[in-house]
Amino acid sequence: MGLFAMPSLGADMEAGRLAEWLVAPGDVVRRGDVVAVVETQKGAIEVETFEAGTVQRLIATIGQELPVGAPMALILAEGETAPSDVPAVALPEPTMDNDAEQGPPPADLPEDKPRVHGAAASPAARARAQALGIALSQITGHGPDGAILLADVEAAALAAIEPAQGPRADVRPGPGTEMRRAIAAAMTRSKQTIPHVYLSQTIDIQDLADRLNKWNAARVPAARILLGALFLRATARAAVDVPQINGHWVEDAFVPGDSVNVGVAIALRGGGLVAPAMMSVDTLTLPQVMAGMRDLVTRARAGRLRASEMTKGTLTMSSLGETGAEAMTGVIFPPQVALVGIGAPHVRPWVVGGAVEPRLVINLTISADHRALDGRLVSRFIAAFETHLQSPEGP
Amino acid sequence: MTKDDIRTCFLEELVNVAPDIDPETVQPDSHLQDDLGLDSMDILNLVTALHARLGIDIPEKSYPEIATPARAVDWIARAMG
Repeated sequence: MGLFAMPSLGADMEAGRLAEWLVAPGDVVRRGDVVAVVETQKGAIEVETFEAGTVQRLIATIGQELPVGAPMALILAEGETAPSDVPAVALPEPTMDNDAEQGPPPADLPEDKPRVHGAAASPAARARAQALGIALSQITGHGPDGAILLADVEAAALAAIEPAQGPRADVRPGPGTEMRRAIAAAMTRSKQTIPHVYLSQTIDIQDLADRLNKWNAARVPAARILLGALFLRATARAAVDVPQINGHWVEDAFVPGDSVNVGVAIALRGGGLVAPAMMSVDTLTLPQVMAGMRDLVTRARAGRLRASEMTKGTLTMSSLGETGAEAMTGVIFPPQVALVGIGAPHVRPWVVGGAVEPRLVINLTISADHRALDGRLVSRFIAAFETHLQSPEGP
Repeated sequence: MTKDDIRTCFLEELVNVAPDIDPETVQPDSHLQDDLGLDSMDILNLVTALHARLGIDIPEKSYPEIATPARAVDWIARAMG
C-alpha cells in the first residue's frame, strides 16, 4: 500500500485536520480498519484503510491541516518496501481560499488596471465575491487605495449572515459555519449543474401502518421497526429494479453503482445535515436495515461517521420522519443522479373501493438528474417503490 | 426507586441518545420532539435504553405520555408500581 493519504470526503473537500490517530507504529491493520479521525467541514470523520499491512510511521501530526492527497502515514504490506520519496513530515498547510475546481488561486493583489467599473479589487476577491453573490460596491476595501481584498469579501460575507445585535438567545448555534459552508457549496453546485426534474406520487400507507403498529406492539423496544426502515428498504429494492437511478454522473456519463448504497439524510439538531450511506441495503433483511439506521443516526449524533459512508452513496433518501410537512422536493447530492424525498405521513381523504375514507398517506417525490434520467424511468422507480413498500416480508 | 432516581436515569439516557443536547437546558416541561428536537429514531433509542436499564417497556401508543421529562417520570413511576 505504502502511503496512507488524506482522503477526499466529497467533491467540495480541499483539506482536513487530523484529530486523532487510532493506530501506532508497529500496529497491524486490516482492510476497513479505522486508523484516524479527521475533522472536516462535515464534522469528525473516521477514516479507514483500504489495504492491510503494518503501520511503519505516522507522518502527519495531530492538529495538522492536510490537503486532500497529502501523505499521513506509511503502511506496508508484508514484503513491501517503502517508496523512496516518503516525506519525513507532512506538507505545509494549503491556502483555503481558492476553489479546487478553479485551478490555481487568483493572486490576492489589486489589479493594476484603470478603474473603469467600480471599485478596484483583487482577482481572488472578485472571484470570491461573485461566488458568494455579493456586489463589490457593497464591500469596503482595505487594500492599497481602498482596493478590495479577499479578506474584505470574507468579512462582508460574514457580516451579511451575522445579525448586528448579536446572536439570538432562542436560536442555538450550529455545529460551525464550516458545515453550513459545505452544505452551501454542495447544494449550490447541485442546483447550478444538475437539471432537476421532479415526479411525485401520493401513496396510501394505512394498511402498512396498521400492520407495523401491530408488529411493534408485540415486540420489545429493541426489536421495533420504524416506517423509515420500510421506506429505505423499498428505495433500495426499487433501485435494483431501475438501476439507472443508482450511481453517479461523471464526466458527461452515467456510471451505475456496483451496489445499492443509500445515503440517509439525518438532520442535526444544531443545524445542518449529513447523509451517510448504508452499504448494499438491497441485500439486507428488514431488521438489518433498521439496525443499520439506528447505528447511522447514533454515530451521526456523536460525530463518528466513517469516510466510506461519506463517499460511497449511490442514491440518497430524505424522509421528514413521522411529523412535519407533507412533501419535500429535494436537492440531489452530487455526483448522484436522484434523491428520494418522502414527506411525513398525514391522514387525508382518499378513495378506497369507490368511497372516500380517511387514510394515512405519504407523498413520494423523486428529484432526478434529467441528464441521466427521463420521466418514464422515474415513474417506473415510483411504481417499484410502491410495490416493495407493501412487501409481505415483515410488517 | 424514588422519582428523583427515575428523573436522574431518564436524563442520563436522554443525553446518551442525544449527546448534542446540553442537560442544563432540559426543563421538566421541555417537549422531547418539539423543544429538544428528538426524532422518531431518538425516541425509540431512548425507550430502548429505558427498557434495558429499568425493565419497563413503554409501548408506542404511550409515547404521548412521555412527551416531557416530567410526564415521563410520572409514567415510569406508575409503571414500576
